Amino acid sequence: MTPNVTDTSQPLLSIEGLHKAYGTTEVLKGVDLTLQRGNVLTLIGSSGSGKTTLLRCVNLLEDFQQGRIVLEGQSIGYHEQAGRRVRHPEKVVAAHRGMTGMAFQQFNLFPHLSALENVTLGLRKVKKLPRDQAVALAETWLDRVGLLARKHHCPGQLSGGQQQRVAIARAIAMSPSLMLFDEPTSALDPELVGEVLAVIKGLAEEGMSMLLVTHEMRFAYDVSDQIVFMNQGRIEEKGAPKELFDHPASTRLKDFLKNIRF
Amino acid sequence: MNYQLNFSAVWRDFPSLLAGLGLGLELALVSIAIGCVIGLATAFALLSRRRALRGLASLYVTVIRNTPILVLILGIYFALPSAGIRLDKLSSFVVTLSLYAGAYLSEVFRSGLVGIPKGLREAGLAIGLTEGQIRTSILVPVMLRNVLPALSNNFISLFKDTSLAAAIAVPELTYYARKINVESYRVIETWLVTTGLYVAACYLIALLLRMVEQRLAIRR
Amino acid sequence: MYQPPSWFHELWAARSAFSAGLLTTVQCSALAILCGTVLGVCAGLVLTYGRWWGRWPFRIYVDLVRGTPVFVLVLACFYMAPALGWPITAFAAGSLGLSLFCASHVAEIVRGALQAIPRGQLEAGKAIGLTFRQSLAYVLLPQALRQVLPTWVNAATEIVKASTLLSVIGVAELLLSTQQVIARNFMTLQFYLFAGVLFFLINYAIALLGRAIEKRVALL
Repeated sequence: MTPNVTDTSQPLLSIEGLHKAYGTTEVLKGVDLTLQRGNVLTLIGSSGSGKTTLLRCVNLLEDFQQGRIVLEGQSIGYHEQAGRRVRHPEKVVAAHRGMTGMAFQQFNLFPHLSALENVTLGLRKVKKLPRDQAVALAETWLDRVGLLARKHHCPGQLSGGQQQRVAIARAIAMSPSLMLFDEPTSALDPELVGEVLAVIKGLAEEGMSMLLVTHEMRFAYDVSDQIVFMNQGRIEEKGAPKELFDHPASTRLKDFLKNIRF
Repeated sequence: MNYQLNFSAVWRDFPSLLAGLGLGLELALVSIAIGCVIGLATAFALLSRRRALRGLASLYVTVIRNTPILVLILGIYFALPSAGIRLDKLSSFVVTLSLYAGAYLSEVFRSGLVGIPKGLREAGLAIGLTEGQIRTSILVPVMLRNVLPALSNNFISLFKDTSLAAAIAVPELTYYARKINVESYRVIETWLVTTGLYVAACYLIALLLRMVEQRLAIRR
Repeated sequence: MYQPPSWFHELWAARSAFSAGLLTTVQCSALAILCGTVLGVCAGLVLTYGRWWGRWPFRIYVDLVRGTPVFVLVLACFYMAPALGWPITAFAAGSLGLSLFCASHVAEIVRGALQAIPRGQLEAGKAIGLTFRQSLAYVLLPQALRQVLPTWVNAATEIVKASTLLSVIGVAELLLSTQQVIARNFMTLQFYLFAGVLFFLINYAIALLGRAIEKRVALL
């Protein structure tokens, strides 16, 4: 499925001077980032570097105190009103969230619904599609992730890898412009990781714009157009995978890569 | 709504309300004490290897838990005389509430006992204690510390159930409340004060039990 | 020689009284359970997700009712309503008291269940663009309500048992009907036993029904 093609000259996502704090602890200390349409950007770094927080700011699961996030030309989360920074009303926030799709580390499938119903929920209640259309679309995506045969199974009857694939189908079926992946394979048994990475790789090859947080370095190297290394709330280094992994510039990145078996 | 609040009637009879509350607390105390003994015995019976004992205990618990307490109170007070047992109001109520308490507390004790690791009993056997000694010295003390929160909840419930003694004219708090209400027509004041007394009593009991919990926990 | 009528004869003679009483019991219980559940779910929602000015009144309400015996609640409603200018029937007053009681229980169990739902569920709902109301309706409540089913069935049986309290304010439910029949034929023991058995059967049936539904709706 091709991503929305609106304005190819402007970046799909641009983040400027993002600052975020939890109480008095600052976790993002001024982050600048751009993502072009059709590209895959992977955030790497140790725990506490702020990469997951950054991801979660893009779909406003986390607030941020300073800076701008612009997605598809729209300011995410806050706007100016009489010189003051004001949070968007809930309806606008929900609409903006519709532009992104997210896959969580813990999958977060709705346990009381079948795989099919998990995918059709958003289609029917947010996109307001009629039932048959929603089901048809959902089935296409379930087939795409290889789980059409299990469409009536509940999450409790699926393995971790299967659940994550359904979760990805649930997110993609909403036709987002940007997919957000928050360590999608970290909670999976090692033998189930491959099937999920295969799905993500397939989506990337079809031109889906993605922001990915992962510890799977080989995968990041394969699939990314840009890699961003974060450390303590700041971007330490960024560049193409080959550059970054083969010729790391900063010492911190060198240390980080040393500890990763590649 | 033309209602002028006037607490004078209630304040005048406040001593009787307090006396009623006191009686309620006494009834609760006695019934809970007896109920604990019954409940503990029933809990052991429910976990016994003898089918007959388990069945009997289970029957007792099921019957009591599914029968409204008011039916039990009235039944025991009014119906037992026909079978030859004549009890005065207070005794009849205490008997009823004790039986009622026993059934509910047995479930608390039973799940507490089931939660104790088997190894403790086996260690007791290994040093030569009899079953009875194991129960009193090991199982019950360990179980009690674990079930204190659930026990507190039940105690407060049982205290609230003493209000039903008013149904057989036992002079506890609710009985006096109705009396004052009917005699003075000061409905709102009466029930406000009565509710206040019950809520305060329950709160204090809960506080007391929490202190007991903490004391016992520290000794660990 | 004069043969006193047998118990069965009396029972048959009183069949309409008993069926009317049973019907009234079912009516006031069902009414109280229905209203109480609706109010309780709303209260549970506010207690979990509301702002402090919404939570406060509900918190006070729940704590007040939890500290008051249901008997006092029923009596208070019965006596206070006419004084406040609502000339409602004893049935309505009693049902109101039972509803308020039921609601406080349901509020607590719903609050517990909602708070136990992992945060990720709400986030997943947000991520696909659901508004909070939609997440509540399609994601959070369906899970919470499934979770509380066994405890809710418990609460429902408590209400059925508490409906006997309405006999004290003159509502002709099953217990009062039994007492009226006993007043005519003095077969105290037999009919109290009969009433007890009936109530037992009703509650036991509800408990079994609850267990059956629970198996059907269980998650995972």
